[in-house]
Amino acid sequence: MPTVASFCDWLAQTPVSLLIQTVNWIIPAVQSVHILAVATVMASTVLLDLRLLGLAGTDQPISSVARRFLPWIWCAVLVLLASGSLLVMGEPRRDLLNPVFIAKMALLATTALMTVLFQLTLSRKLVAWDAAARSPGPALFAVVSLALWVAVLVCGRWIAYVAHG
Amino acid sequence: MLLSIAHWLQNTGVARFIAGSEWAFPTIETVHVLFLVMVVGSITVVDLRLLGLASAHRRISRVSADVLPLTWFSFAMALGSGLLLFSSRAVAYLADWPFRIKMALLLLAGLNMAAFHLFTYRSIRAWDEARRPPAAAKLAAALSLAFWAGVVVFGRWIGFTVQ
Repeated sequence: MPTVASFCDWLAQTPVSLLIQTVNWIIPAVQSVHILAVATVMASTVLLDLRLLGLAGTDQPISSVARRFLPWIWCAVLVLLASGSLLVMGEPRRDLLNPVFIAKMALLATTALMTVLFQLTLSRKLVAWDAAARSPGPALFAVVSLALWVAVLVCGRWIAYVAHG
Repeated sequence: MLLSIAHWLQNTGVARFIAGSEWAFPTIETVHVLFLVMVVGSITVVDLRLLGLASAHRRISRVSADVLPLTWFSFAMALGSGLLLFSSRAVAYLADWPFRIKMALLLLAGLNMAAFHLFTYRSIRAWDEARRPPAAAKLAAALSLAFWAGVVVFGRWIGFTVQ
């Protein structure tokens, strides 16, 4: 029966993985790109959430702030998935057998789903949300999404410290 | 002199605690990463405005007033957590070349920002609403992006080289 461990071992023998394992600057370089994309997501999220909470950027409607930052969040998420995939390929057992990595992916999926729902709701309730300085729906999304992104970041850093394999 | 300060720092109670604990270093490091990405990400928002690449319809002073309090708060947190991390192995960090380059880039980022505020920003009234600010402002923004990206790259590198 195929297992995650045997998949890891297969992945570790692929040419891309072997290249990442042998060229020692690839992992720090890819991690640096990963962190710069994390910076884009976190700052965009915090600035959007502060607007949803009515704490910053209140001279602009929610729709403008959302249009300003949501595309950056999604682009950065694509960069994170690409760079993260390379890191997984380079050290499959370190990640795929790691409970913190699994938790990180679950949290990421949750926050991505929430953001999609937020965007769908935003386009329907735009007028009402823009008119109010602060309404409970957006404020709740702000708090939960920020907490989820912080949790993703915390898990990301702790992958390196939790035993694996 | 730096070396003797590093020796002293490394032997303080706090430093010894961080060095000896299983969880203290990763926890402080997580706080450091959280606020460091906030510094870099929020400064990028201002730099992109100065380059005319984002928020071009908003006043530059307005974007700065919105974002920079967050940047400064995050910088204070990143600096404090960074000092704690440094203290745990001060002598080794001081000898580490990516750490030295990171500190040099931080200094350059600070000088670039100081020069921008002391000279270029004086005439902000003339170009606050400009989609394309003057060349000096764009140069400061481009340098800022480069220096901060460098801080991230060499900061990450420290973890692979420090002995």
